[in-house]
Amino acid sequence: MIQVFAFYLFAAIVVASAVMVIMARHPVHSVLWLIMAFFNAAALMVLVGAEFLAMLLVIVYVGAVAVLFLFVVMMLDIDFAAMRAGFIRNFPLGLLMAAILLAELLLAVGVYSAGGLTLGAPDGSAMQPATASNIEAIGALLFGRYILLFELAGIILLVAMIGAIVLTFQPPKPGARARQDVGKQIRRRPEEATIMKNPEIGQGVEL
Amino acid sequence: MIGIEHYLTVGAILFVIGVLGIFLNRKNVIVILMAIELILLSVNINLVAFSAFMQDLVGQIFAMLVLTVAAAEAAIGLAILVIYFRGRGSIAVDDINRMKG
Repeated sequence: MIQVFAFYLFAAIVVASAVMVIMARHPVHSVLWLIMAFFNAAALMVLVGAEFLAMLLVIVYVGAVAVLFLFVVMMLDIDFAAMRAGFIRNFPLGLLMAAILLAELLLAVGVYSAGGLTLGAPDGSAMQPATASNIEAIGALLFGRYILLFELAGIILLVAMIGAIVLTFQPPKPGARARQDVGKQIRRRPEEATIMKNPEIGQGVEL
Repeated sequence: MIGIEHYLTVGAILFVIGVLGIFLNRKNVIVILMAIELILLSVNINLVAFSAFMQDLVGQIFAMLVLTVAAAEAAIGLAILVIYFRGRGSIAVDDINRMKG
């Protein structure tokens, strides 16, 4: 009973936050609603016993992706009001398309739940043992049978990181700002950096 | 009792909201990227639901890969956004026509 209540609570909040993500007036609000949606989706995953993935969702999405979005939204100086120009005009058509798509998807779910479809049964080789926790079972699978997939994911992240750095790196403009030249600093000697003056009393100094 | 259909329904609704977000915010690339994140989240919910209800952990491994690709996609997309804004001073989708595609 409590599980049913929790499911409907989290599901309602995740759907409501998702609606607010696309409806919010300012992208910063969208990002904050997105964080809310991710938290509740993680809660939904905890309900079915996928704790590791839920925590991963919170860490990766809330900790990294959402903060990245926030940084970019705040860094760019954009007139967001002008961007909402076509919002009302596109609304009826978009809603119609969304309704059709949703009806189709729900029809598929209904057919599945009516028993009209048979899915392939898992062979049981990737079952979670009763004695192992979720993270133990995932670790055994990930570092065993799916080690290549895991390394591929690492390479994807590496390529994305290098790509993002290469794209946004700006080489410093020459002469834009005084830059440090270590060799020149080391070559500098006292006799070329200072001059000795012995002025007469009562007379000025010519430099 | 909560069955797999409930989770699939939530996933379907989230997917449709993501698609609707792309429709409505046609000019704002940032919100479009966020809508794509919503779509990927719905895919993850589907994968996790099937994985949990069919007693097979491969779905969760796959969801982790989706998560990886989503993070990489967000990083690259936002980097492109930043350099585009630097060059043109605007990120309106309608202005992006240099390649005449």
